[in-house]
Amino acid sequence: MISFRDKTEKRIPGISTASLPDIIFMLLFFFMITTTLKETSLLVQIKPPFATEIKKLEKKSLVTFIYIGIPTSEKYGKLPRLQLNDAFQPIENLREFVEQERQNLVENDRNKMTVSMKADKTIEMGIITDVKQELRKASALKLNYSAASGTQQSVFSNM
Amino acid sequence: MRKKRRSPEVNAGSMADIAFQLLIFFLVSTTMDTDKGLLRKLPPMPDPNMQEETKDVKERNVFLVLVNRNNQLLVENQQMNIRDLREAAKEFIENPYNDPDLPVKEPIDVPYFGEVMVTKYHVISLQNDRGTSYGTYMAVQNELTAAYNELKDQLAKSRFNVKYDDLKEDDPRREAIDDIYPLKISEAEPRNVGGTR
Repeated sequence: MISFRDKTEKRIPGISTASLPDIIFMLLFFFMITTTLKETSLLVQIKPPFATEIKKLEKKSLVTFIYIGIPTSEKYGKLPRLQLNDAFQPIENLREFVEQERQNLVENDRNKMTVSMKADKTIEMGIITDVKQELRKASALKLNYSAASGTQQSVFSNM
Repeated sequence: MRKKRRSPEVNAGSMADIAFQLLIFFLVSTTMDTDKGLLRKLPPMPDPNMQEETKDVKERNVFLVLVNRNNQLLVENQQMNIRDLREAAKEFIENPYNDPDLPVKEPIDVPYFGEVMVTKYHVISLQNDRGTSYGTYMAVQNELTAAYNELKDQLAKSRFNVKYDDLKEDDPRREAIDDIYPLKISEAEPRNVGGTR
């Protein structure tokens, strides 16, 4: 029998790990750039309503968040309240807050500012109507009703 | 003569470990979720010096949606289930059979389409009570938006054979479709109906 196989054992050379740091660095930079560290801790309970027709918000730097919900801690009462940054605020302060946030933007972007309202689905429209009126007074007219993506059934379950 | 000393090379073997540590930190602390939701434009505050102009809107052009504090819908003076709202809104916006009770159709000139009959003056008027739940409000807003989006999608598919969502933001085809079905959801000035809670 003629064997075509070379009988001498061939060792597979080990994979070089020299480029591993480079790969890891690449990943690292990707995450460093895309990451946004969580800025505020929520003081209110927010279960966003479901919606099917949602759109992504384009530029995150232009978005200001406001939170409306029932306080998680009992000592702040059981009525829905407005949270701006890290504290509860009366609705009258919203205008000043919006104005301040607007000042933080580059001049060209000021009219593109979007306010994203994160509100709990169980609260009543009263406070939301008030907030909307206040936003109109502050002429922050681009408003995003923050929602979670859901199915048709989950939209009806909002009610 | 002194011997030139070579400084020893820095060992880069642990570079990967350091990078891994940083990577893991960012992986854990990152929140990738971009915010999503329904984007709306609020009407500007009416000028107090200006006399309030009441725009004369014909009744057939208005689609009145009322939501009461018990989260019930009254659409065009009839009680309606939220499940039927989308179809009703679509029929109103489109007015396919030129029904005299549905909005007036006017010819407009649109690129790609030429002259099209559209319900130019239609308005969907949404009014809610202070006691309405936010979830209900969002469900109604979602259904109304869905009505528009379905009509737009239908048109995009039949005319351009693409999904409306796949058209880019500044695509002239998208703008043409937006001209045919402009989003017109108007919210009344807040009123106190049925007392505050």
